[in-house]
Amino acid sequence: MSYQETNAILDDETREAIDIDRSKGDFTFPERHKYDAGRGLTANTIDYICDVKNDPEWVREFRHKALRVFLEKPMPTHWATRDLENIVFENIRYYLSDGERPKRSWDEVPEDVLKTFERLGIPDQERAFLAGVEAQYDSEAAYSNMKDELRKQGVLFVSSSEGLKEHEEIFRPWFGKVIPTGDNKFSALNSAVFSGGSFIYVPKGVKLKQPLQAYFRINSESFGQFERTLIIADEGAEVMYMEGCTAPKFETATLHSAVVELVALKGAKIQYVTVQNWSSNVFNLVTKRGLAMEDAEVRWIDCNIGSRLTMKYPGVIMKGRRARGEVISIALANTGQHQDTGAKMIHAADETTSNIVSKSISVGEGRATYRGQVHIPRHLKGCRNNTECDALLINSRSRTDTYPAITVRGNRHATQHEASVSQVSEEMLFYMQQRGIDEGHAMSLAVNGFINDLVREFPMEYSVELKRLIDLEMEGSVG
Amino acid sequence: MSLSIQNLHATLEDGTEILKGVSLDVPTGQVHAIMGPNGSGKSTLSKVIAGHEGYVVTGGSVTLEGEDVLAMSIDERSRAGVFLAFQYPAEVPGVSNANFIRAALQARLPEGVEIDAVAFYKSLYERMDLLEMDRKFTGRAVNEGFSGGEKKRNEILQMMMLEPRYCILDETDSGLDIDALKIVAKGVNSMRGPDRGFLLITHYQRLLDHITPDVLHVMAGGRIVRTGGPELAQELEAHGYDFLKEAALA
Repeated sequence: MSYQETNAILDDETREAIDIDRSKGDFTFPERHKYDAGRGLTANTIDYICDVKNDPEWVREFRHKALRVFLEKPMPTHWATRDLENIVFENIRYYLSDGERPKRSWDEVPEDVLKTFERLGIPDQERAFLAGVEAQYDSEAAYSNMKDELRKQGVLFVSSSEGLKEHEEIFRPWFGKVIPTGDNKFSALNSAVFSGGSFIYVPKGVKLKQPLQAYFRINSESFGQFERTLIIADEGAEVMYMEGCTAPKFETATLHSAVVELVALKGAKIQYVTVQNWSSNVFNLVTKRGLAMEDAEVRWIDCNIGSRLTMKYPGVIMKGRRARGEVISIALANTGQHQDTGAKMIHAADETTSNIVSKSISVGEGRATYRGQVHIPRHLKGCRNNTECDALLINSRSRTDTYPAITVRGNRHATQHEASVSQVSEEMLFYMQQRGIDEGHAMSLAVNGFINDLVREFPMEYSVELKRLIDLEMEGSVG
Repeated sequence: MSLSIQNLHATLEDGTEILKGVSLDVPTGQVHAIMGPNGSGKSTLSKVIAGHEGYVVTGGSVTLEGEDVLAMSIDERSRAGVFLAFQYPAEVPGVSNANFIRAALQARLPEGVEIDAVAFYKSLYERMDLLEMDRKFTGRAVNEGFSGGEKKRNEILQMMMLEPRYCILDETDSGLDIDALKIVAKGVNSMRGPDRGFLLITHYQRLLDHITPDVLHVMAGGRIVRTGGPELAQELEAHGYDFLKEAALA
């Protein structure tokens, strides 16, 4: 095989084949929203959302302030892609809901919404291996439930709207503290118009054996989804949270801009697993950060497939002694996609440890960018960071860039950085094909081999899905 | 029933001619060996038969039971029954040997038919035992970090698992110590039979001490210059390639 030939195959047919990959999520039901904030974003939009959601006064103020920050902040195109300028904020619809509270039973969920989540396999997964599920449809959660035994142990797992009203005493002290409104333009946007997402509190010493899962579904065109998640694991608590996302393929661009804050108190452990498979015209601009106190651990396990542009750099602030932070990240950029992902590790206490392992695959004209930030200040001692970023290019028109920024002051720390760029070589393909494996499957095998060690970090149920998605992407990309 | 090569011409992408009219017929039930000096085109012949795209076929034919092999894609040739044991097998990082062989077997089954995992491992272990390979081998990534001897044994293992009708072994003996050579020969000999043909490409006589060929060809300058029985190997051993080359050109 020569690379020229592969390039030549990347025509409309390939693009269609790539779209098939997202067939699972590519369906939509007619809209029947009771509440629609309309297009565009002004102070009136904020008031509309506050009124519909019956927000307390402090939230209304928080939102209005955030809107001002959003409007003031320039697009970060001095370092990020200019494609951000193609987001037309006036055309986006910022809030859509049917005005119902999240249901505790699937039987009470409206039929179209139920059908949506059944097609995505959510109720089945809940029965099989989950401790609780929240299913969000456009702006609000349609379903939210968890096992009774967890409720008895004092675990809270509700939508953020419910959390800020009914559990203000736990919610409010941490809300917006890990990611302040002004962190970046899109965290400000989310802070202004957030709706949905999860609020989780795991009491001291409670260790959840099964994961909690949220599924974020966009059903409406020109819609912006702005969920807000806050997870607090009290001292010695342990929780794994998994999120999945899909949207149908619309003619116009869709915006998904979430903010996720994690708080792991002394000795607590939070694992946050994402497998997202957005359709190819979603702008996915997400801010995710965790705070790890003494002996606590925050792990982000992140897989980005699909979207037009993803910008996401999960971070951990290690604020307590011996805290640990980890980001395990897989990104697959196909033609027409840009995965701009990475990690931020802020060491703010002695003997803190961080680990970043990022693998990206660029297929066709896909572009993958790794941006890392590791910060270890001079006054600390005994901090360690390991950063590995590996990129795999499927052909010569693919592109990968790596921007690792590792700032280590003082000499009492240990850091290690490795980066590699490789290609699926012609000799490797020839070898596999000589054994009777066709080109598409050979590519799939090579790609799965490349990320194999990271896929093992995902829960079994997700790693199977992940492998299937990658097989579909690769088969579609070689024609 | 044969793998038939007729007047085959092939060049590199830059036009340099490597094969200058090779004709050879390997019927099932026979082992043919090709010997020849470096640069004679032996390895190129094996790659051209397998469909390597670094070469351009400019004339002649390759047929398998009468079917045009040159019209097939690389993977179709494999599934049609042509196996190439590589001189330098590629590494496939992250893909375990077991999964790789399984994928190759799966590619031979009709859609919707899955390999029986228990039967697969049973037959894999039997063959690994014959080749004196450690069980841990199944979980290691294909050829990654393998010694030269392990790579060659792995090629024979794959050949035994895929049970091809025609086996081409390209310099399988190079880089093997005598014990490993004996094991590899044992694997090959266990597969000899009326329904299978072999083409052994080798630089040295010593492989042929362990796998006795039915027919021996000598290749030089991109052509077969002499064909004979096993006794030809002794003659080569005694007189060297230069003698033959000169004789052929005279």
